[in-house]
Amino acid sequence: MSNDESIRTGFYVCHCGHNISDVVDCTAVARYASTLAGVMVSRDYKYMCSSPGQELIRQDILEHKLNRVVVASCSPLLHEHTFRNAVAAGGLNPFLFQMVNIREHDAWVHADRAAATAKAQALVSAAIRRVALHKPLQATRAPIHPDVLVVGGGIAGIHAALTLANAGKKVYLVERQPSIGGHMAQFDKTFPTLDCAACILTPKMSAVRSHKNIVLWTYSEVAKVDGYVGNYTVTVRRKARYVDENLCVGCQECIDACVFKVPKFPDPFNLGMSMQKPIYIPFPQAVPQAAVIDPDRCIQLKTGKCKKTCVEACADRKAINLNQKEQLLEIKVGSIITATGFKLFDAKRLPEYGYGRYPDVMTTIELERLVSSSGPTGGELRLRSGKPPTAVGFILCVGSRDMRTNRWCSRTCCMHSMKLAQIVRERTGAQVTVFYIDIRAPGKGYEEFYDRSLQQGVQFVRGRVAEVSDCALSPDEAGKLVIRVEDTLAGFVRRVPLDLVVLAVGMEPQADAQEMRRILNMSCSAEGWFLEKHPKMAPVSTFTDGVFIAGCCQGPKDIPDSIAQAGAAAAEALALIDAGGIDQEPNTAYIRGEECSGCKSCISLCPYAAISFDAEKQKAVINPALCKGCGTCVASCPSGSIGQNLFEDQEVFEEINGVLDYV
Amino acid sequence: MELGQKIKCEADRTAGFGKAIAAMPGCERLGSCIQCGACSGACPLSIYMDQSPRQVIALVRGDFKKQALSCNTIWLCSSCYACTVQCPREIGITDIMYALKQCAMSERAYPAGLSIPILARQFVRMVVRRGRITETRLVMRFFLQTNWKAAISSWRLGLNLIRTRRFGIRQQHIKQHLELAAMLAQAKNANAGGSP
Amino acid sequence: MRYHYFPGCSLKGLGRAYDESLRPVMERLGVELAEIDDWNCCGATAYMSTDHCNACALGARNIAIAESSGPGDIVAPCNACYLALNKTRNCLAGDSATRAAVQKALAVAKLTYTGTAAVRHPLEVLVYDVGINVIKRNVVRPLKDLKIAPYYGCQLVRPHCSFDDQWNPTAMDRILTALGARVVDFPLKTRCCGGSLTGTAPEAGLRLTHIILGEAQRRGADLIATICPLCQFNLDSYHDQIARRWGPARIPAVYITQLMGMAFGLPTEQLGLKRNFLPADKLLAAT
Ligand code: SF4
Ligand code: SF4
Ligand code: SF4
Ligand code: SF4
Repeated sequence: MSNDESIRTGFYVCHCGHNISDVVDCTAVARYASTLAGVMVSRDYKYMCSSPGQELIRQDILEHKLNRVVVASCSPLLHEHTFRNAVAAGGLNPFLFQMVNIREHDAWVHADRAAATAKAQALVSAAIRRVALHKPLQATRAPIHPDVLVVGGGIAGIHAALTLANAGKKVYLVERQPSIGGHMAQFDKTFPTLDCAACILTPKMSAVRSHKNIVLWTYSEVAKVDGYVGNYTVTVRRKARYVDENLCVGCQECIDACVFKVPKFPDPFNLGMSMQKPIYIPFPQAVPQAAVIDPDRCIQLKTGKCKKTCVEACADRKAINLNQKEQLLEIKVGSIITATGFKLFDAKRLPEYGYGRYPDVMTTIELERLVSSSGPTGGELRLRSGKPPTAVGFILCVGSRDMRTNRWCSRTCCMHSMKLAQIVRERTGAQVTVFYIDIRAPGKGYEEFYDRSLQQGVQFVRGRVAEVSDCALSPDEAGKLVIRVEDTLAGFVRRVPLDLVVLAVGMEPQADAQEMRRILNMSCSAEGWFLEKHPKMAPVSTFTDGVFIAGCCQGPKDIPDSIAQAGAAAAEALALIDAGGIDQEPNTAYIRGEECSGCKSCISLCPYAAISFDAEKQKAVINPALCKGCGTCVASCPSGSIGQNLFEDQEVFEEINGVLDYV
Repeated sequence: MELGQKIKCEADRTAGFGKAIAAMPGCERLGSCIQCGACSGACPLSIYMDQSPRQVIALVRGDFKKQALSCNTIWLCSSCYACTVQCPREIGITDIMYALKQCAMSERAYPAGLSIPILARQFVRMVVRRGRITETRLVMRFFLQTNWKAAISSWRLGLNLIRTRRFGIRQQHIKQHLELAAMLAQAKNANAGGSP
Repeated sequence: MRYHYFPGCSLKGLGRAYDESLRPVMERLGVELAEIDDWNCCGATAYMSTDHCNACALGARNIAIAESSGPGDIVAPCNACYLALNKTRNCLAGDSATRAAVQKALAVAKLTYTGTAAVRHPLEVLVYDVGINVIKRNVVRPLKDLKIAPYYGCQLVRPHCSFDDQWNPTAMDRILTALGARVVDFPLKTRCCGGSLTGTAPEAGLRLTHIILGEAQRRGADLIATICPLCQFNLDSYHDQIARRWGPARIPAVYITQLMGMAFGLPTEQLGLKRNFLPADKLLAAT
């Protein structure tokens, strides 16, 4: 737009129902704006974002030949796009527009009407002066690589991978453990339907294994991610398994042949309640169904002095390769779904519950393995003494809803405990008491499940247990674990003797969540859960475009919610891929070539590695596709030779002048 | 100040009590209680009760027989059913109160000095013997057994009844009262769950 | 229209005015009430507090006698009888053990319980069998300008009332309107009157009675209409004690059938109005 063309600005202030107009005098703001230089029309309207509101802008542009538009309303995060489109509909370049946030920045944070109205007018004055300097810009379009990386092979990752693969996209599924399946693989049954967990999970696990569009890398980790939405380069570290998973058929002959005649190392899948050998298959339904060798326990790998009976046993297939090395593989993907899950609260952190001291205090996941038919006892629930339990207590909220440990509600432990309570009653006939603070059963069919537990005779005592001890004060407490708790509903303190105490441990972010966050450049909430872009409107997106989250890495949730979220994340990824490309905000930095002295100071500062050095011209060059518009280089350039679209110095100065003008 | 132990241990519970009450007619849903307190809120008498109806449910379910039977709640319950129709779990709270009353009656476990069970006992005796209730006679007997001073102080009520010709002193009875007594003896305590 | 009539002990005792007024009113409306032969006490709440099975046997005897004497439903005007007999019916329908025990007991008196006769309250009969229009047609002296608070008590509508609402029943409101009275909006219409606690635990019982009287007074009622002998007794008999404790709330309480009798122009002497402690006859005569 040439300089001599006169500025004709349209100004609109939104009431946002009562959100803004209750505090800001919108009519006064409109009246004030109409007095400012270049303003041709100035209006206030109840809902600018509505269709009639947008139409107002379009009509005015045509009628009054406007060439600039300013809207004072809510946050640009919500509606900048809406209004840019309205401006474009009127035939103007959408970047000849400026939005003023007088809701979050004004009406919602102030109470004094006069002062809030004055603040709105100052901000409006700034925007109207700034927009005069706006230049027409063009959003660029970047291509999208159609392949997707899914990190984490629990139920969320599995579901996301299958959804994408079924849509014809190529998926890399990377899982840290030797098998996919995650926590769900450890469960006996699932609430509230009590269907067998393995029966509904294993078909999906096998589908992953056999899907032609899925590349499954277990025992692998994401080491590095470079690039930007649509164009990521990912380095995956594949740990040495010492068994070729394509040759291994899971016959277990190597395991039988291992020089360790009896298993003597704690089996992590059964939480140490059973033993395994240095060469093992994690669990019967593991996918891939292939052995792994633990290098810390294998004699050959530790000392090089083993008879290698396993290798002999596999002489036909030659699947075992003790010389296998860790590999670093590089792949290109356009989007990434993070489904890295959670870890369980360590019950030892609450010594008052005696976990680790009393053998018959266990966690819910340990009990889960004990009642599972694939578990260490074949599903038979026994105390450490070998006797069946007669009185079992569940302590809820262990580590959750507690300022000393984790403040959040882990959302699944009430239901999980009630499920186990029903199973324990069914299998052993024991008296089961659940000690709770609140019962949280908000899912579909969950309240009914709670009622069923009540009806079946599970006792519920409302009160947070203070201590578990084995100090008997009376003969009927002898040899028992005694819980001390206030029954807050009956109104007295109780001592309850039990022989098995189950701790419903809560969920926590993975130990290495921060590292994962750095690798993928995501944000975390203060608690360490990966942060969604908006808690309601963008629950599976992150602040990094093209990176999505699903399942418990975002926060505690149950299986149905994890799967729903995984589906949503897959859909978001598909939407991105199938759009064919993405518009990029043209707020990129650019180098005024003639002025750059080639000092290179900007290059190392750019967090997105968008600046390279043109050795021939001895000047820095910014790749607009990589630039995120953060402005670091602009501020750092000693010769002031970097400019930035939409944030030109003059634009910013005019904005400041506009505020100063008002005051 | 006297200090007494308030904490409840296993010895304070009576195993099977809750189950036995739940087995009595109308009490089947006892276990379903979510301790929401709607019953106590609805109850017009809860302001005088030493345990609210909700607490009574908790006590019964937790096998705290002694506490459940000795509270004044079950006797203050006037059987208005306000609780029963409000309970979100459709628990027959009034019927549970009846079950507890029956249990307390048969074990004479009600609080000393509470006259309400005495009226019930005399009522039953009159029905068994005569087949019908003669209200004035019942009330006079009741006052004589519990609080004869109160009987005297309500002389005005008596006079009024005489004035309005309602002071029926003649005992009402049915023709077949012997047969009725035999019938009742036959059916006594034959209810399904039995008295816990 | 013929019904078995179960008056209950109260209607022969303290609540006889209810019986006295119910009979002529029903007769005027063409309703025949045949008193059940040798009926016995319904057991009320006291019996239920003592022995469940015996309580059911008491009710079952009355129903069985009625059933054996011919077809027709049973009319029970006292709320407590209405509830006790219906409770018996529900128990015997749903609980086979109790039913067997009760049948065995009835056999002693050569009776059998079949459960064919329904137990109904006069309100239901009046509104649904007779009909509001017929009632209206019989009104010769409308209760013009009388403000009446309809008080149903608790045991009519709860727990299992089939013909009206559990919190806001309206059958009596409709009859009162048909009689030409002005019905006071009365949210406490189903709140407990205190029952026998007025005698056994006056501290608690009388307070409940007082709450109802006080609220009716605050709402400007001239009269309270009742349908239960115990409610009427409580609301009518303790004015002195209530006045001493909480201040006076002297509003007469009368039976709906007495009001109907007045509106139908039946002779006042026939309606038992003289039996009230707090008289309402002058008030009624003045309309
Ligand atoms: S544009 Fe923004 S401020 Fe206006 S109505 Fe819409 S949401 Fe509210
Ligand atoms: S603006 Fe930020 S992202 Fe863009 S080139 Fe400069 S430093 Fe890099
Ligand atoms: S209303 Fe029902 S569920 Fe609620 S506390 Fe009372 S008995 Fe329990
Ligand atoms: S039935 Fe008893 S416990 Fe229930 S509300 Fe009435 S008086 Fe209270």
